[in-house]
Amino acid sequence: MLEKEGKVRIPAGCAISGIFSKSGKKINGESIIKSISIMHDRSNGLGGGFAAYGIYPQYKDYYAFHVFYNNDAAKESCEDFLDKHFDIVNLSRIPIRPHKNITDVPLIWRYFVTPRPTRLAASQLDEKEFVARCVFRINTQIDDAYVFSSGKDMGVFKAVGFPEDVGEFYRLEEYEGYCWTCHGRYPTNTPGWWGGAHPFAMLDYSIVHNGEISSYDANRRTVEMYGYSCTLLTDTEAITYILDYLVRKQGLTLTEAANTIAAPFWSTIAKLPEPERERLTFLRNKYSGCLITGPFSILLGFEGGMMALNDRLKLRSMVIGEKGDMAYVASEESAIRVIEPDLDKIWAPRGGEPVIFTLNDGAQV
Amino acid sequence: MDFRDLNRAVCASPDTDITIDECYGQRFIGDGLSGRNITINGTPGNALGAYLNGAVIRVNGNAQDAMGDTMNDGAIYVHGSSGDATGYAMRGGKIFVERNAGYRAGIHMKAYKDKVPTLVIGGRVGSFLGEYQAGGYIVVLGIGEEGRLPVSNFVATGMHGGKIFLRSDTAPADLPNSVMTHEATAADKAEISGLVAEYCAEFGGDKDEILSGKFFVIYPDVANPYKELFVAN
Repeated sequence: MLEKEGKVRIPAGCAISGIFSKSGKKINGESIIKSISIMHDRSNGLGGGFAAYGIYPQYKDYYAFHVFYNNDAAKESCEDFLDKHFDIVNLSRIPIRPHKNITDVPLIWRYFVTPRPTRLAASQLDEKEFVARCVFRINTQIDDAYVFSSGKDMGVFKAVGFPEDVGEFYRLEEYEGYCWTCHGRYPTNTPGWWGGAHPFAMLDYSIVHNGEISSYDANRRTVEMYGYSCTLLTDTEAITYILDYLVRKQGLTLTEAANTIAAPFWSTIAKLPEPERERLTFLRNKYSGCLITGPFSILLGFEGGMMALNDRLKLRSMVIGEKGDMAYVASEESAIRVIEPDLDKIWAPRGGEPVIFTLNDGAQV
Repeated sequence: MDFRDLNRAVCASPDTDITIDECYGQRFIGDGLSGRNITINGTPGNALGAYLNGAVIRVNGNAQDAMGDTMNDGAIYVHGSSGDATGYAMRGGKIFVERNAGYRAGIHMKAYKDKVPTLVIGGRVGSFLGEYQAGGYIVVLGIGEEGRLPVSNFVATGMHGGKIFLRSDTAPADLPNSVMTHEATAADKAEISGLVAEYCAEFGGDKDEILSGKFFVIYPDVANPYKELFVAN
């Protein structure tokens, strides 16, 4: 029996890759698999996963819950809970293809849901907060059930295995989306398990992360004050909740959130002219517990966009390529070149400099 | 192609001149190699030419991270840009990058007797250039930067040997107390004129025009050495 996160320390790497079409063109899942497979040696087979946006146009007004169950009892309890709180318009197993490298497969189900109007009204919460709280309740109170994707018109697909195998396992060639992010895991400190694979998602936010944040416990304590429970004992989960908190709850722009989690050094801020100096000083002071230190390169997927960000010291590699209305982000340039050899431009953003791609005005997805 | 297969094929080849086409991220190419000329078309993977021991590598494309890590001898020419930690801990040989390099270029470079590594970057570099540099030459030409400082923050932190040349209208504002800088004199520039000539021979450009620009040279302050930062020893 594999011990879970936090019990074992394993040394480490990781790879991330992302593809985004600014015009909303639908991209088949095969491209991102090809990209990440070039970086095979950055992973060790203990976790791989994908987030795809724009894949459920027929259910775009419903929250798509992807759920792992370890047993039927967990499924029954979870479905009871879902039934009480949501109208379920469709449910099914997520289609998979048996794969020799993907083992210990849990039950993997998908539900398209919308909050029951009476429940939502009684909760006096806005809809997203209601959904987020329901996801936390399942993940913390129902044993052996884990909602790993909960956004609209998007989905996370993850498993223990190399990412290219995970992509085949989930038959991603059958999905088309305007944005894909992907992660190949080489777990630092902890063994891999299905729930611990990336991406980590909360509503429509998803994070893939290469790195190891050294401020995890400070960040965890901070987000726990605001009602988030870190149930997975892994650092990337905390990044997801911090961004959800800063952007969805506090209303910061993505750039402000990036300036908060990857804030410049005080010595660098001191050299800046006003009002930039005051702005960055405010963010560091107001959200000091959200400063993320240690190495990271992350891709944040969200409805209609994707943000790439390095830690302020740029302790992980990340390059960005553009070709026409397509944007590519990867840990290594080779992972971009293999799917688009002829780029208009390629560059490495500075540490702490967010690069944000969003759909063009009027883009249909 | 798996990097292991590629590198075995390179080592097993009887040829002195080897060309690798359609390179997509294979790691460790040319590591520890001597007596070969390798031309790479594409994007070689991390740790290209690490521990290089006399071989010559030419890249038509961009190099990724940790190129020339701890290289001992030989030369790497990149017709493009290179990633983070270019020339990390070099102890000999030469690296020429046509355009830009990432963060931490030339950190921990060192020199001993006739082993004097050189790292020449045509464009600009990220933060931490020459951090803990102990020897050798780092030259950043700032081509296309029009006099703007071609480096980001924290240049020469912990530097205690060697020299950094920056072609720039201004010196970095945040240099640590343990290093000094002045505008390069004709005698200073003479030290790097051979390197600039070699850069221009490889990538094009006018050596005299480049050298006529304003340079700053950064070097350790021998009266205020870098020591006892953490402990008295």
